[in-house]
Amino acid sequence: MNTGTLGLYRPGTSPLHRARAGTKLLGLAALGLGSVFLTTWQTVTAALALVVALYAVAGLPPRTMLRQVRPMLFIVVFVAVFHVWTAGWVRAYEVLGVILLLVLAAALVTLTTPVSAMVDAVVAAAGGLRRFGVDPERLGLILMLGIRCVPLMSTLVAEVREAQSARGTRSLRAFAVPLIVRALREADAMGEALVARGVDD
Amino acid sequence: MRVEVDHVSHVYPGPSPRRVLDDVTVELTQRRVGVIGANGSGKSTFLRLMNGLIVPDAGHVRVDGLDTAKDAREVRRRVGFCFTDPDNQIIMPTVAEDVAFGLRKAKLPKDEVAGRVDVLLRRFGLEGHAEHPAHLLSGGQKQLLALASVLITEPDLLIMDEPTTLLDLRNAAEIGRVVGELDQSVLLATHHLYLLESFDRVLVFDGGRIVADDAPGPAIAFYRELMGVA
Repeated sequence: MNTGTLGLYRPGTSPLHRARAGTKLLGLAALGLGSVFLTTWQTVTAALALVVALYAVAGLPPRTMLRQVRPMLFIVVFVAVFHVWTAGWVRAYEVLGVILLLVLAAALVTLTTPVSAMVDAVVAAAGGLRRFGVDPERLGLILMLGIRCVPLMSTLVAEVREAQSARGTRSLRAFAVPLIVRALREADAMGEALVARGVDD
Repeated sequence: MRVEVDHVSHVYPGPSPRRVLDDVTVELTQRRVGVIGANGSGKSTFLRLMNGLIVPDAGHVRVDGLDTAKDAREVRRRVGFCFTDPDNQIIMPTVAEDVAFGLRKAKLPKDEVAGRVDVLLRRFGLEGHAEHPAHLLSGGQKQLLALASVLITEPDLLIMDEPTTLLDLRNAAEIGRVVGELDQSVLLATHHLYLLESFDRVLVFDGGRIVADDAPGPAIAFYRELMGVA
């Protein structure tokens, strides 16, 4: 099963692992905002080198790093071809570099931060929204379920594809209908389990 | 723990409404109660009444005097529920996080949560998997994880809806062994009849009604005859 960009947490004791989840999320947000200023190939290269170095600091091998970007290979190729054609090699490198930088940085945060710590950080940060009627715990739950549903949907897709192959059909409808029906059933079952575990109390 | 089911009926609405429970009355006080019956006989609906997942259309369900329709929150603190498919019950990405999830609202110190999680993981032989992705465990390990995730809140009564249906014989037997060692009262529905041999009482469901209520031996014999496989 490919959980690709889900970038599940890898336990460790590196400085990045020990850093607070909120600090890492703020750093990621700052990098996202700051990326608009990475307008030359030199600054893009420097930023990429920094993120690659942080993977080393976190004790994550190059294989793990490459696995984070492999699922977006199609987009990378598409964007590269488009930009080389319309704006040249240098511009293509800058655009792709920024995309890879952000994906690698986001994956680095999830690889070095337990989801529960990330959820705690989001819940704490959203505390001020209570006065507007927003329940921070619900926001945290949405985040948790979003992450949980990636492998769940991945499994469903694999099972439906397998069933399709067994019946020798490749039509889109034969793929989409059982997938949607099963996804809705899984959603119902998970909702029931959440209630049983006292989430709605 | 005392569970009172008082003249309970339940109908699933739809184009052709289906009456799944029909005027069921029973009182449960034993520590180990089994529930058996054919698919669609009303077992799962009956179990879901116990912690307010389903509120009956008619009648009342009381757990230690608490009405599941009015006191659902308090009832759910006392009654844990284990589903057939553990994948639907696992919420957090890693094993330890999923077990700890049930304590989020309790706002306990992190050390205490970690200690309680550790005890449960050791008890179920999952201590080596604490940081592993929960969805990559084997079927038997996932069901043990689901069980640990329910037990972390220390319920008085554990409801288990066919927890061994998706498991092979060895894992089913392991779940049976673990259930046998629990301190909690257990209400277990299963098609693996041998799991109920040491139980105090077994209810047989058919057509939304309890058609037999006896010790395991006679109840299972009645069920086999009912199914025509005696």
